[in-house]
Amino acid sequence: MSRYIDISLRVNGEDVRATVPSRLNLVDFLREELSLTGSHVGCEHGVCGACTLTVNGDTVRGCLMLAAQADGKEITTIEGLAENGQSAQLQAAFTKHNALQCGFCTPGMLASALGYLNTGGSADRDAIRQHISGNYCRCTGYQSIVNAICDVIEETSI
Amino acid sequence: MTGPAHIFDKPNRYIGKPEPRADAARLLQGRGIYVDDQKLPRMVHAAFVRSPHAHATILSINAEEARAATGVVAVYSGEDLAKHVTPYVGTLTHLAGLRSMPQHPLAVGVARWQGEPVVMIVATSRALAEDACELVYVDYAELPAAVDSETALDTGAPIIHSELGSNLAWERDVVVGDIDAAFAAPDVHVVERQFRFGRHTGVTLETRGTVCDYDPSEDQLTVYYSGQAPHMMQVIFSKHLDLPEENIRVISNDVGGSFGIKIHTYGDEIATAAAAKLLKRPVKFIADRFESFLTDIHARDHIVRAKMGVTEAGKIVGIDFDDLTGIGPFSMYPRTSAIECNQVLNLTGAPYVMENYRAKGRVVFQNKTLMCQYRAVGHPIAMAIADGLLEDAARKIGMDPVALREINLMADDSYPRTSATGMKLDDLSHKRALRKLTDLMNYDGLRARQTLARKKGIYRGIGFVSMVEVTNPSPMFYGIGGAPIASQDGATVRLDAGGALHVSSSITEQGQGTNAILAQIAAGVFGVDLNRVKVTTGDTATTPYGGGTWASRGAGIGGEAMLQAAQALKDQVLEVAGVMLQTGVETLDIQSGAVTDIDGSVRLTLADLARTVYYRGNELPNDLNPELIATRHYRVTDFPFVFTNGAMAAHVEVDIETGFVKVLHFWAVEDCGRVINPLLVDEQIRGGVVQGIGGALYEECHYSPDGQFLNATMADYMVPMASEMPEITIAHIETPIRHPYLARKARERREQAERPRRY
Repeated sequence: MSRYIDISLRVNGEDVRATVPSRLNLVDFLREELSLTGSHVGCEHGVCGACTLTVNGDTVRGCLMLAAQADGKEITTIEGLAENGQSAQLQAAFTKHNALQCGFCTPGMLASALGYLNTGGSADRDAIRQHISGNYCRCTGYQSIVNAICDVIEETSI
Repeated sequence: MTGPAHIFDKPNRYIGKPEPRADAARLLQGRGIYVDDQKLPRMVHAAFVRSPHAHATILSINAEEARAATGVVAVYSGEDLAKHVTPYVGTLTHLAGLRSMPQHPLAVGVARWQGEPVVMIVATSRALAEDACELVYVDYAELPAAVDSETALDTGAPIIHSELGSNLAWERDVVVGDIDAAFAAPDVHVVERQFRFGRHTGVTLETRGTVCDYDPSEDQLTVYYSGQAPHMMQVIFSKHLDLPEENIRVISNDVGGSFGIKIHTYGDEIATAAAAKLLKRPVKFIADRFESFLTDIHARDHIVRAKMGVTEAGKIVGIDFDDLTGIGPFSMYPRTSAIECNQVLNLTGAPYVMENYRAKGRVVFQNKTLMCQYRAVGHPIAMAIADGLLEDAARKIGMDPVALREINLMADDSYPRTSATGMKLDDLSHKRALRKLTDLMNYDGLRARQTLARKKGIYRGIGFVSMVEVTNPSPMFYGIGGAPIASQDGATVRLDAGGALHVSSSITEQGQGTNAILAQIAAGVFGVDLNRVKVTTGDTATTPYGGGTWASRGAGIGGEAMLQAAQALKDQVLEVAGVMLQTGVETLDIQSGAVTDIDGSVRLTLADLARTVYYRGNELPNDLNPELIATRHYRVTDFPFVFTNGAMAAHVEVDIETGFVKVLHFWAVEDCGRVINPLLVDEQIRGGVVQGIGGALYEECHYSPDGQFLNATMADYMVPMASEMPEITIAHIETPIRHPYLARKARERREQAERPRRY
């Protein structure tokens, strides 16, 4: 019952061509068609942040964008970030501070944190808290996440 | 010191160290495997038509169009599945008088809450299954709903189960001493307050879900389960789907948060297993967020009227309260929905010495989502009642609330003893915890600044709680009442040919760091480096039998079993080493992956020993039978539960124009016995505090008078965000304990701190 659309895009550095239902959202396309299951689906209405990923360098909710809208775009998921080393410092700091428990929010949290770092965010704890407020974590008290992000900024600025 | 190094002093001493979790890297690279990440050949997807009404008779179901829709594989009604799934009832014999009625996976005849599954559609994709749901026409006759717990017992209230004659599920009275006489004594002041604890829910970031795969050639059901108690679910699937227990394998890979939400029997998950059996192929069901809000268990929902009597000199003479708890239309299976109220009756005022106590609990049915055990079961209510009243009492007699606590807290040297309600308590440290807390927060300075701020029109408050926590339950919690819930857990440790350890345990991982602490214990006790331990949990086919992770029991029970198993394997390995080295076992130790002399000098690597045993047994005497694997089980025997304690404080600011409350800072001092990994424990506590703040200030499931859930979206139900949460300072007391528990507590809650806050 839904229309299909041909798309071609780059995902984690690889060219992808697909024919997708017009109603399919980006995160479902990545998870179901490309088996990139690192992006998680928590609410499907753009609030929880678990599906946060990068589209042409912008931090985007994978559940609020249609796969069809990704035509011609460059997508980076957590798998890509892990592979290309962009998030290596954050991953090390998250490990050191135990800034994750169940890990379900973690890929989205890393994408948001990376967005903060890449836009020159400072090691101001309140500013970091504001920035990651679009990413719900139900396990930690957020403090370890703030500590981890602060650490990376302070190390990088030395 | 002579003899082998103590497990806490050895080179491989990992217990007590802030070791990062080994599995963090996997989760940080997006390589976790949650239930929705499972894809199996021929897998189909389930969606449910759910009741839009809180209470309605199902007159007819027309699913003809749905059956013919694109991609639809099967359509089941409640009656269809009732032929294949036996009903279940959420009662236990030790909760005398608890009543509930048989529940089916899908509603049969009557729907009793908004969101109850009515029709199941199985299709080749979730999207197509949802499309088909739109084509199912259910004719309902709406019935009056019993929504408000306060009127659910009134004459003329709609009765949810006519067979029971009323909406009363359970009641219990606890009477100790003579509260009326105590309150009537001449120098006693009585304070009174009503507490209303709204409903909230777990909002696990990963919603509930399951993948069930049935193989008819072996009559084998494999369930990928996002939850906390695989062995319990194995029994439940067996019992209600008519399959031999041994033919059911329950696997928990990564679990995206649980907090007690995913430890119950949900109709849509049982229906998914039934569909897999009927269709002979894998079926996946992943709840969307709306379904989670409507069907995940809710928590709390108490209305409490309470009084406390205190003498002029500040001695608490007793507490008197009445707790009304609304649990939805059924008692949840198999743990029941009466435990929450029972905990409130048992635990209120438990940190304080008092002679008189009277409590009445009533648990009532209502047409809302089921209520059941969620993180810190009953504790926030119990602690809020006592410490809320205590703040009122302090104000009434003009005493500082910390001073009033000092007078009434049980002395640290008074254990073992019982609480007013007869709970056995041991090794608690309330007074030390409170003193450490007031030092940590600079209480006097904070009070002075509060007074100063008030003069400038800034309203700040300081709130305290002294609390106990039920941990490490014995069989008295569930098993005694007939539930298929193990109170014991097992751990196995195997020395592999390369000199590494492989351990497996029946406790489970939902992000707490279960696997990490198992590895720390095994490595330290046995004597290998931490990176040489591999851990398996969450699989009924490959782990020892046990209860799983809940009620702060993983570290205390599963950790103790792990410790004993590692010690046993060490003894077994040293016996082999003694023969191979022709030396007395008492002169040997295991350190850093090698058999050593007591002074640590290496005699034989574990790899050499294991390879000799596994590959070249001809080099060993024929009468030596090496066992390089050991299993131990552990259960709590001397106590029904092992209580732990803590003291916490919140500093808040209230905008008196808007009523907005900002938590400025939070402190928690916790005595959990020996801390196995402070890195894990501290952030667990912070997570508990944040969920507690959520329950106190942000989270509530709002219902209309006719039983419609009004805010069932992530945007409308307020989950605490980073920007509004305070920095949280943690400190520990590690009281030496007379009992062999490694870590008496586990790392739940902390949230009871939140409620009894005074401004």
